[in-house]
Amino acid sequence: MLRFLTRRIALTIPVLLGVATLVFSLIHLIPGDPAQAMLGESASPQDVADLRARLGLDRPLVEQYGRFLQSTLHGDLGRSLRTNQPVTTAILERMPATIELAAAAMIVAVAFAVPLGIAAAVWRGTAVDHTATTLSLLGISIPNFWLGPLLAIVFSIELGWLPVSGRGTWSHLVLPAISLGAALAAILARMTRATLLEELREQYVTAARARGASRARAVIRHAFRNSLIPVITLIGLQFGAVLTGAVITETIFAWPGVGRLLIQSIGFRDYPLVQGCILLIAVTYVGVNLLTDLLYGLVDPRIRYE
Amino acid sequence: MSRLGAAIVLLAIVAALFGPAVARFDPAAQQLDQRLDGPSATHWFGLDELGRDIFARVLAGARISLLVGIVVVSISSVVGTLLGSIAGYFGGVVDESISRIIDILLAFPGLLLAIALVAVLGPSLTNVVVALSLIGWVGYARLVRGQVLRAREFEFVQAARALGAATPRILAQHVIPTALPAVTVQATLGMGGAILAEAALSFLGLGVQPPTPSWGTMLNGGRTHLLDAPHLTIFPGLAIAFLVLGFNFLGDGLRDALDPVTRVRAG
Repeated sequence: MLRFLTRRIALTIPVLLGVATLVFSLIHLIPGDPAQAMLGESASPQDVADLRARLGLDRPLVEQYGRFLQSTLHGDLGRSLRTNQPVTTAILERMPATIELAAAAMIVAVAFAVPLGIAAAVWRGTAVDHTATTLSLLGISIPNFWLGPLLAIVFSIELGWLPVSGRGTWSHLVLPAISLGAALAAILARMTRATLLEELREQYVTAARARGASRARAVIRHAFRNSLIPVITLIGLQFGAVLTGAVITETIFAWPGVGRLLIQSIGFRDYPLVQGCILLIAVTYVGVNLLTDLLYGLVDPRIRYE
Repeated sequence: MSRLGAAIVLLAIVAALFGPAVARFDPAAQQLDQRLDGPSATHWFGLDELGRDIFARVLAGARISLLVGIVVVSISSVVGTLLGSIAGYFGGVVDESISRIIDILLAFPGLLLAIALVAVLGPSLTNVVVALSLIGWVGYARLVRGQVLRAREFEFVQAARALGAATPRILAQHVIPTALPAVTVQATLGMGGAILAEAALSFLGLGVQPPTPSWGTMLNGGRTHLLDAPHLTIFPGLAIAFLVLGFNFLGDGLRDALDPVTRVRAG
């Protein structure tokens, strides 16, 4: 297990280095002079030169890269051009809101998807199955940037049940969480159905039934438990989609998280903050994927020896 | 389901090709005195905040969506297939290098890298296509690499090699064709993905810029009128969901037809 752990963590290091390199390169992909682009066409040459010096853009590229890696490793992502606040502080202030939203969306997704997937598999080929399958495909096809406003029209504007934007009470969380979790729920329901169907064909399920276990017990206690491993893996892998979806959902519902900060920073051409947000989201995603892999290896010994 | 998907996609193609020509109104024509008017017999989907006919704009938006989908999927699938087959066939350092690039690009969740790229390159239709293609090839490369790793051990591939066939010929005539069914399925599902991604970027103000009618841009415009004119939000969103659903139905159907194992597994 220790060897698997070490190998898997070692494989993550070059990926993280690659991520950091790509994020560093972003600022150099800006057409023309990045400092001029950040300050706008009307900025004076002196201001542009000052910013260039402040961001280290006047130094050789290799030196810039070295400094970027070094300061990133120390948790220093520079300062916001607009507020002069340290980027790390600005992001950490918004992080709890994003984690809250992502966690709520995942809870909503699992709560809808697992019963739906089980029902579709158990009643395969029936109206229940067709309804569940159609709902899943709808969930995948409906974009969250449409579902969000639709939910707001119905539940906030027409019915007046829930607030349309902001963060504070649990009621503020309901619409963003459903809007963000719907696509994940659809994917999870399909996965639950497919893996459970496979498990239901296994002989141990027939054996359990032959020993007198009820159908419900055979499904839940035996088949469903074994079908959980790929479902849990998928939840981990889909965390990235939830993080990206959060960028859109936070914008729709004025949710004060990292995603909204990213879009606002793009609008203000506050590139150090843009770089910081992108880096943080990508590193979080890599971390969750690593954790999923490690958990998978822990649960299924075959993975460790592959 | 796949027939329904094909019908939806066909309808969208017809709408994109002939819709703007047969529409009763110019998608850019403004009737400010009727701005935000709801659906009526004259304006089926109503009018937007500048008094433009939403039905005409939805039809014109189909062009943008399908154009982005086709260009992004074409570039991504060709580049991905080429790099994936090279990585899988040659192995060693070549495979390692391509696989590491794939790993790094996959470390960015979904749209995030596209958002980052468009943020620095500037919002435009061309930059959306560039950004989506830069991240799109990765999925195809990974898929094809896996297929080629298997295919290179097939006897007919080894026979071609033993007969002295040149590597490009082996790849083009024997190896890549084995991956094409999987690539076709991925490309069909990828059309839906690219259309969604373009709409998402445009919704965030990072994609197609007004006044060009894009479904995402239209949804963005409707955000400020949720209260007084929800039809601004409903119809473009319906168009996106409808077309993406069509490609998903078609992709699922193709997968079932081309990969019987999946069909058996899915029950």
